[in-house]
Amino acid sequence: MKFFPLIWGSLKRRKLRTALTVSSIAAAFLLYGYLSAIRSGIEVGIPIAGQDRLIVRHKISLIQLLPASYLGRIEKIEGVKQAVHSTWFGGIYQDAKNFFPQIPVNPADYLRMYPEFRLPPAQLEAWERKRTGAVVGRKTASKFGFKVGDRVPIQGTIWRTAGGATTWEFDIVGIYEGADPAADETQFFFRYDYFDEARMGARGQVGWYIVRVEDPAQSEAVARKIDEEFANSPAETKAESEKAFMQSFAKQVGDIGLIIKAILSAVFFTILLIAGNTMAQGVRERTGEIGVLKAIGFCNRLAMGLVLAESLLVAAIGGGIGLGLAWVLISMGDPTGGAFPVFYFPISDVVMGAVLVCILGLATGLLPGLSALRLQVATALRRL
Amino acid sequence: MNDSLVRIENLSKEFQRGSEVTPVLAGLRLEIRRGEFLALMGPSGSGKSTLLNLIGGLDRPTRGSIAVGEDRVETLSDSALTAWRARHIGFVFQFYNLMPSLSALKNVELPLLLTHLSSSQRRKHAETALEIVGLTHRLKHYPHQLSGGEQQRVGIARAIVTDPTLLLCDEPTGDLDRKSGDEILGLLEGLNRQQGKTVLMVTHDPHASARASRIVHLDKGRLVQEAVS
Repeated sequence: MKFFPLIWGSLKRRKLRTALTVSSIAAAFLLYGYLSAIRSGIEVGIPIAGQDRLIVRHKISLIQLLPASYLGRIEKIEGVKQAVHSTWFGGIYQDAKNFFPQIPVNPADYLRMYPEFRLPPAQLEAWERKRTGAVVGRKTASKFGFKVGDRVPIQGTIWRTAGGATTWEFDIVGIYEGADPAADETQFFFRYDYFDEARMGARGQVGWYIVRVEDPAQSEAVARKIDEEFANSPAETKAESEKAFMQSFAKQVGDIGLIIKAILSAVFFTILLIAGNTMAQGVRERTGEIGVLKAIGFCNRLAMGLVLAESLLVAAIGGGIGLGLAWVLISMGDPTGGAFPVFYFPISDVVMGAVLVCILGLATGLLPGLSALRLQVATALRRL
Repeated sequence: MNDSLVRIENLSKEFQRGSEVTPVLAGLRLEIRRGEFLALMGPSGSGKSTLLNLIGGLDRPTRGSIAVGEDRVETLSDSALTAWRARHIGFVFQFYNLMPSLSALKNVELPLLLTHLSSSQRRKHAETALEIVGLTHRLKHYPHQLSGGEQQRVGIARAIVTDPTLLLCDEPTGDLDRKSGDEILGLLEGLNRQQGKTVLMVTHDPHASARASRIVHLDKGRLVQEAVS
C-alpha cells in the first residue's frame, strides 16, 4: 500500500488517456456481462439441469408423441427412481408475441421432480383440487399481471378442445418461484388429466418423459435400458441426460457459447492492444523517472512490480466499472422486454470476469514491466 | 586512522558501440576524504558524469576498483548494488528529477519507501529533511508549483532523507539562476560543514566549484589538475 501514491500518481499524469483506457476496458466488460446474460437466457436451465435427470423423447423427433402408458414401464426399469411426463401445448395468450411455454403435467409428481420450482403447499393443494387450475412462474405473472384467482384464456395452436374450440381457459391457483436465478420462471403449468380429457384426439399421448435415476453415475446405463425397453416398438425412444437435451435444444439457435467466445475474443484482443499500447507509451514517457527510482534504490523487480501494479489497477478500475455496471443494468431486467425466459449475470461469469480483469492487467503490463526491469539506470538518466 | 571514504584505483571506463570502443576514463586514481566537499570540473565529454555514475554504482567500470567505505562497489551484484545505493548514496540531479505527480513531501519520502519505517515515521523524516532545506511551507506543493531553486531543494531533501554516506551532485546549479544557484551551493556547503556530509559535485561553473574544499579537473578521462580552494 505504501507504493500506492506512486502508482496512482503515474495514472493521474495523463488523466484523459487513463480515462479513455479505463472507459474502453469498462465497455468491454459491460459487453461481456450482457453477452453472459444473453447466453444464460438462451441456455436456460442448462446450468441447473439435474445430473440425475434424463429426458426420454421419441426417437424420430421431439414433436412425435409417446404413449402415456410408457410411464409405468419406465418406472419399473432398474435404476429409475421417479418418472413424470410433459407435453408441449404451444398456445398464445392474446397475441403471438406474448410467448411463454405452457405445459400440462401431473402437479405433485412434477414439482417433486423439479424442486427448483417452488410453489407454496397451499397453492399445490388448490391446484390438485381444481382441474382447470394452473400455476405460472413469477416472471410471466409479473409481465402479464396474472394473480391467483384470475381466469386466463389461452389460444391453442396445436391442441383443440373436444368440442373443436381453440380457446382453453385456466384458473390461476398458484405462482411459483425459482430456487436459483437459472430456473425458468416463465412457464405456465396446468393439469395433464384435464388436458387429456378435454383435448380432441391424441388422448393417452405425451410429449416426453423426465426420469430421475437413483445413481447419477449410472445415468448412461439407465438411458440405454430405457431405449432397449422400447426398441422395435411403434414409438421408439431416445433417452439422454437433461443437460445434453437442453444443450442440443439451445444449439438449434446456434452454438451460442462459440459465438459469444468469438465476439469476446475479438473484443478482448482489441482491448489488450489498446491498453497494452497505453501502458507501453506511459512507461516509455517515464523512462527517466524509472531511472531515478532505480538510482535511489528501487530494485529491478520493484520497478517491474510498480508497472504491473499500475496496469492491474487500470484493468481493475475499468473492469470493476464494467462488471458493476453490467450487474446493475442486467438486474434491472431484460432489455428485449421478455424475449429471454431468464436474464441474469451468472455468478460464475462474474468470477470469470474478475479473472479476465487480472489476466488483462497482467498481460498489458508484462512487456512495459519487462522493459522497466531491464532499464539501465545510467542509460535512463542520460536520456533526461 | 584512515579518513578516506572513496578510493578509486586504476579506473577505466569504455563504451562500446558496435565495433567502436570509446574510452571515457583511463587509469584514473582518486581519493575522497570523509567529510570533504570535492568539486569535479572539466569540459563536456571529459568523463565527469561517468565518474559520478561509477562511484554511485549506477554503472560498472571496465577496469579498476572503487571502494566506498568498506564496500568494493564494482564487485557487488546488481541487487546488492541497488540496496547499497539506497543505503549509502544520495543523488542530486541537474534537472531535479522529481516525480511530477507527487507532492514535495511524497517526493522526499520516496527513498524511505524502501525502509521498514512506518508511514508516520516516513513523514516525520521527510518533514525534517524539508526543514533542513528550508521548505516546510511547501510540503504539499507539487513540482510544477515550485521554482527551480525550490525543486532543487526538494531534490536535496530527497537525497539526504536516508542520511547517506555520500552525496553525489551532478551539476546541481546547472539549471538555476545565479541567486538560486548560490542558495543551493550554500545549502550543500552547510550540509558538508555542519552535518559532516561528504559531497562530490560535478560542475562546469568555477563560481560553484569555489565553494568546494578541493577541486579536481578532468580532461579526456584523466585527472589533469588538483587544487585546494
